[in-house]
Amino acid sequence: MTPVQRATTPDAARPMVEAVAVSKRFGGNEVLTSISLRVERGQVMCVIGPSGSGKSTFLRCINHLEVVDAGRLYVDGELVGYRERGDKLYELKPAEAARQRRDIGMVFQHFNLFPHMTALENIAEAPTTVKGMSRRDALERGRDLLARVGLASHAGHYPSQLSGGQQQRVAIARALAMDPKLMLFDEPTSALDPELVGEVLDVMRELADTGMTMVVVTHEMGFAREVGDAMVFLDGGVVVESGAPRELLANPQHERTKAFLSKVL
Amino acid sequence: MRLRHPGRITVAVILILLVVLFVLDAAQRTAFDWPDVGKYLFDQRISQAALITLQLTVYSMVIGIVLGLILAIMRLSPNPVVKAVSWVYLWIFRGTPVYVQLVFWGLITLIYNSIIIGIPFVHTWDVIKIDWVPPLFFISVVGLSLNEAAYMAEIVRAGLLSVDAGQEEAAKALGMSWGQTMRRIVIPQSMRVIIPPTGNEVISMLKTTTLVAAVPFSLDLFGRARDISAETFVPIPLLIVASLWYLFFTSILMVGQYFLEKRFSRGIGRGRPAIENDPDAPVIVGGVGGVR
Repeated sequence: MTPVQRATTPDAARPMVEAVAVSKRFGGNEVLTSISLRVERGQVMCVIGPSGSGKSTFLRCINHLEVVDAGRLYVDGELVGYRERGDKLYELKPAEAARQRRDIGMVFQHFNLFPHMTALENIAEAPTTVKGMSRRDALERGRDLLARVGLASHAGHYPSQLSGGQQQRVAIARALAMDPKLMLFDEPTSALDPELVGEVLDVMRELADTGMTMVVVTHEMGFAREVGDAMVFLDGGVVVESGAPRELLANPQHERTKAFLSKVL
Repeated sequence: MRLRHPGRITVAVILILLVVLFVLDAAQRTAFDWPDVGKYLFDQRISQAALITLQLTVYSMVIGIVLGLILAIMRLSPNPVVKAVSWVYLWIFRGTPVYVQLVFWGLITLIYNSIIIGIPFVHTWDVIKIDWVPPLFFISVVGLSLNEAAYMAEIVRAGLLSVDAGQEEAAKALGMSWGQTMRRIVIPQSMRVIIPPTGNEVISMLKTTTLVAAVPFSLDLFGRARDISAETFVPIPLLIVASLWYLFFTSILMVGQYFLEKRFSRGIGRGRPAIENDPDAPVIVGGVGGVR
């Protein structure tokens, strides 16, 4: 399949994320080796794998926080981070890369909320500065989103006054405020105390129910089994195995997958 | 009763005795000329000069801070050209003594007395004479602030680097541009680290203004004190007068700095409310989160 053909695919049939032989190296260390996968619209794709397997790096490549060294990554049919002219690729200017990122929400392992802003201000920040939304509209929208993640009464709280689970829910609301077409989750519950994991997963499950396309790097196999539509197992920077989560978790084909799952399940 | 720190108390007593001895001795020495100190302490020429010293300090600091911020941001810019410009600026202005720089600025009209329009070494079309001689106060502010900018740049840079990299990443992921990220996210958070050393710089600047004598500008506090003593042939009381004024200003600044630091160290380690108090948290019974 060539890029030209891809561009003519009708919208609805076009995958939300398509990776074609994506490779990435840090110095002499190859972290991703020829990763190819597709995430269809409305799908929840779970990425699992041992630490250092490259799953976070792959996620960060999708919104160009990391630069891909070889291969191509498309989000909604659009090449990420590069412009294609003839058979040459030119890296996008920072402003163009920023425009691409607007439509892709990201949730981080350590929340990365802005500590000098209240929960509500955190959510209203990007819509006002990036999209030029009026402050009033952004705050109103922010209140709706806070209510949606169950934190309506915490609008005026600073991140340091919130529990980890609450912070992560605010972070999800902050990403949603930009009306993304794709949401990336980078181990969203790994930094949480066990009793706070559920509240974050609940919000994510609700989000999946609304038909949001999601790529989730996670160790929560229960969540992946219940909510995930697709799953890939990454190890050593390659896709070892992929399939429906239930299948893959219950009946792994590959030795490495079996070894990994026996440790985490 | 057993003394807990006999050594300390002994040393303190000896020191106090020495100070008393010094004060008694100083009061008797004619060279200090205490009546003259009293006479000049509130002399109008001195208080006006003190005001000029304050102006030099404030203007130079304000310009220094703004320029320093720009230089620090340039230094952290992804653009290597911009980075290099900032580096060269710092290299020159931190690498040469401020006194020497001030002498240079004083001679600037001698160095650049004309603008030559043409191709260098080949052809000259026109030579524009520069007749404008900037006031010495202006030159002093330029010299002090350009030097200060180099030091402020390092302070601001340390502040910007103190902000967690995840902050910039989160802003980036939201589609914010580099400028927006700096202005809205990174700079506000870096203030906590930037403010205390900037207070030190203000105090330091107040004292560095004495070096404007190199320009030569002499309407500042120390310059005026020197000029007066040149007429009266009694330098020592005026030295004391100037010192008292500098001490007075630095004392005020130190008090201000104390409160600023207290204010900006706030908000760290602010207590977080107990999780049980969260009325909004969804109640999880069993839940998928349990399977791990």
